[in-house]
Amino acid sequence: MNKIVKLFITSISAITLALVSFTSSFAKVDGEYIVLGSAISLTGKYSSNGVHTQNGYNMAVDRINKMGGVKVGGKSYKFEIIYYDDESNPKRAAQLAERLIKQDGVHYMLGPYSSGLTKAIAPVTEKYKIPMVEANGASRSLFTKGYKYLFAVLSPANQYLEVAIDLAVEKNGGKPVRIAQAFEQDAFSQDVRLGILDAAKRTGSEIIIDDKLPKELNDMAATLAKVKATKPDVLVVSGHTKGALTAIRQISEMKVDVPMLAMTHCDAAKLSKQHGKNSEYALCASQWHKNLSYKDKFFGSGKKYDKDFKKEFGYAPPYQSAESSAALLVFKDAFERANSFDRDKVRDALVDTEMQTFYGNIKFGPGGQNVAKPMILFQVRCKGDTCENKVVAPTKWASDKFYHPIPKWSERG
Amino acid sequence: MDFLIFKAPMLMVQASLDGILLGILFALIAYGMALQWGVMNIINIAQGDLVILGGYIAYTMYLAGIHPAWGVIVSPIIMFFIGWALYKLVINKVVDRDLFISILATFGIAIVFQQLMNFIFGADVVVAQSGYGTTMLFDNSVTLPNSKIFSAVISVLYAIGLVIYMRKSKLGRAIRATAQNARAAKILGVDTERVYAATFGINAALCGIAGALISITLTLHPYVGLPYTVRSFMIVIVAGLGNLPAVAISGMGLGLFEEFADYILGTEFRIGAVFMLLVFILVYRRFKLSKKREYLK
Repeated sequence: MNKIVKLFITSISAITLALVSFTSSFAKVDGEYIVLGSAISLTGKYSSNGVHTQNGYNMAVDRINKMGGVKVGGKSYKFEIIYYDDESNPKRAAQLAERLIKQDGVHYMLGPYSSGLTKAIAPVTEKYKIPMVEANGASRSLFTKGYKYLFAVLSPANQYLEVAIDLAVEKNGGKPVRIAQAFEQDAFSQDVRLGILDAAKRTGSEIIIDDKLPKELNDMAATLAKVKATKPDVLVVSGHTKGALTAIRQISEMKVDVPMLAMTHCDAAKLSKQHGKNSEYALCASQWHKNLSYKDKFFGSGKKYDKDFKKEFGYAPPYQSAESSAALLVFKDAFERANSFDRDKVRDALVDTEMQTFYGNIKFGPGGQNVAKPMILFQVRCKGDTCENKVVAPTKWASDKFYHPIPKWSERG
Repeated sequence: MDFLIFKAPMLMVQASLDGILLGILFALIAYGMALQWGVMNIINIAQGDLVILGGYIAYTMYLAGIHPAWGVIVSPIIMFFIGWALYKLVINKVVDRDLFISILATFGIAIVFQQLMNFIFGADVVVAQSGYGTTMLFDNSVTLPNSKIFSAVISVLYAIGLVIYMRKSKLGRAIRATAQNARAAKILGVDTERVYAATFGINAALCGIAGALISITLTLHPYVGLPYTVRSFMIVIVAGLGNLPAVAISGMGLGLFEEFADYILGTEFRIGAVFMLLVFILVYRRFKLSKKREYLK
C-alpha cells in the first residue's frame, strides 16, 4: 500500500514538473505578457538598494501597463517581471540568471543591484544572447569587455566625480589643485578613482593622498589625520553608504578643514538626515535629481516622478529607483521599434536607442554605457536644522550657487 | 610605504591616541571572548554580531529620542538575557563537544543574527549622534572626538567592575572554579549549567556595552560583525585566556599596530596587516606552546 502511494506521488510530481517546464519554456511572451527576469538583492547587504531597484522596476511596469502597454505587431502587450532574491551574492545571482533563462524561459533581462552582481550576471546573459538592460551597474569594467547584449541606462562610474575636480580647478582660478582621496576597495569605488586620476592628469593636478579603504573598515581617522596635516584643496571620498557616513562623522569630530569635499552615495546614505548640519557643504555625485528638466510621457517630469513614487512607496525616490524605472522605458521603446519579439531584433533596436526619459537622455555607446547623460553634482545645504540637496553642477540645471570654500569648523555654528 | 608619520610628530601623537582609544574598546570585546573561551572552551564566531546587535539596541533608543549613551546601561541588560537564552537554546548542546562543533554552531548563530538584524533594522548603514564634541590638543593639531574618550572610559570602568565582581561575588568564584576544573567544581556543588549560562550572558552583555559605544563612535551595519570577532580572537590569542591586564595591553597594542600599519603600509593593508600579525603570532605560539593548561585566574 505504502509503495503504491509513494509511486503515485512520484509520478504525479514528475508529471507536474514536466508540465511546469513545458509551459515555462514559452514564458518569454506569455499570452498578453512580455516576461522579463531579474535577480535582485532582497536580502543581504544590498537589500535596501535592492528594494529601491525593485520599486523602480515595479513602478514603471504598472505605469506602462496602465498607459496602454507595449505595442508589437499591432497588438498590445503588458510587462511582467519574474524576480528572484540573489541574497546580495554574486554566485547566487549568476545561478539565478541561468535559472531565469533556462528554466523560466526568460528572453529579456533587467539588471540586478550593484556593479559586482551585474558583473556576475553579464557573462551568463551574453552566453545565451539575452538582451539585458541594467540600471545599477556603473563600473567601467562592464563596458570594456565587449559585451553585445548589455545596456546600461546610467553613466559609468569613472564619470561620477570627474566634474568635481574640474570645478575645484575652476574655483582655483584655472590652476591645478592638490587632491586627497580615499576609496573603498571595490569595483565601483576604484572606477570612481580612475576617473579622478584622469581628471588630475588632464588638469595637471597633484594627488597627495591616495588611500584605499578595506571593505571591512569603518574608521577613517588615519586618512583624515593625514588630510589635516597636508591641507589639500579637495578631499574625495567614495565607499558606498558606509564610506559617506564614516567620512562625515569623523570629519566633523576631528574638525578637518578642507575647502572642498566630494563624495558618492550621499542620498542613499541619507546623509543630510543622519548627520544633519555636519553634512553641510558636502558635494555629492548623483545620476539623477528630481529638479532636472528632462521629460517623458509616462512619468512626466522628475518632480512628478518624485511625487508619484512618494505616494506609492512612502519615501522619496533615490536615484537608484529612478534609473531602474528608466530601464523599463528603454525596453518598451526597443520592443516597439523592433516590432518583434526576436531577441536579436530587440537587441539591434536597443543599440539604436536614442530617447529622452524623465531620468535623462539615453543613447548607448559601443560598450553599452549611456553616453547621452551627464552626471550631476549636488551640495548639501541647511536652513536651520533641515538640510537639502541642491543641484550646483552642471550650470544648466543648477538651482543654487556652489558654495566654496567650505567655512572652517571654528566658524561654523 | 609612506613615512609621513615620522616627519610630523603631531601625527604620531594623533595615531597613538586614536590607536589606544580604539584598542581599549577592542579589549572589552576580547575580554568577553576570553572569559567564555576559558570557562566553556567555546570560540564564539558570533562575538562581533553580538556587538552589532548591542549597537542596534542603542541605536533604537536613539531613534526613540533617548540619548544613545544610555545604551551602555540598557544594552548590556538586554544582551545578558539574549546571551542566556542563546546558551539555553544552542550553546548548551555543544559545550562539551570538540572545538570544531562549537565554531560551526556559533558560525551558524552569526549568520542567523546577521539576517535577523538585516530583517529588523534594514541593510542601511546607520549612526547614532552623541553630540559630545571634540577635544583639541596642541593648538588644534591633535583632535580627539569626545565620544571616543567616553567609550574608552566606560570600557575601563566596566572592566574594573567585572574584575571586582569575579573576585568578590559568589557567582564570580563559581565561574573561576568552573574554568579551572569543571568536573571538580560540579562535585563540590557548583551548578555548572547555571555558571555556563551566566558566563555566556556576561559575554553578551560586554558585547552589548561595546556595541552601544560603537554606535556613537563608528558606524553600524548588520554585516560588519566579523572584523570585531577577528580582532578579539587575535587579542585573546596574544594575551591568553585568564589575564585581564594582558587582554587590555594586547588590545591597545592591536589598536596601535592597526593605526601605524595604516600610516606606514597604507590604508589598504590595515586589515591585512592584522591578519598577517595573527598568522605570525599563531606560528610563534606553536613553537612556544607549553603543555600547561591555561585557566582563568
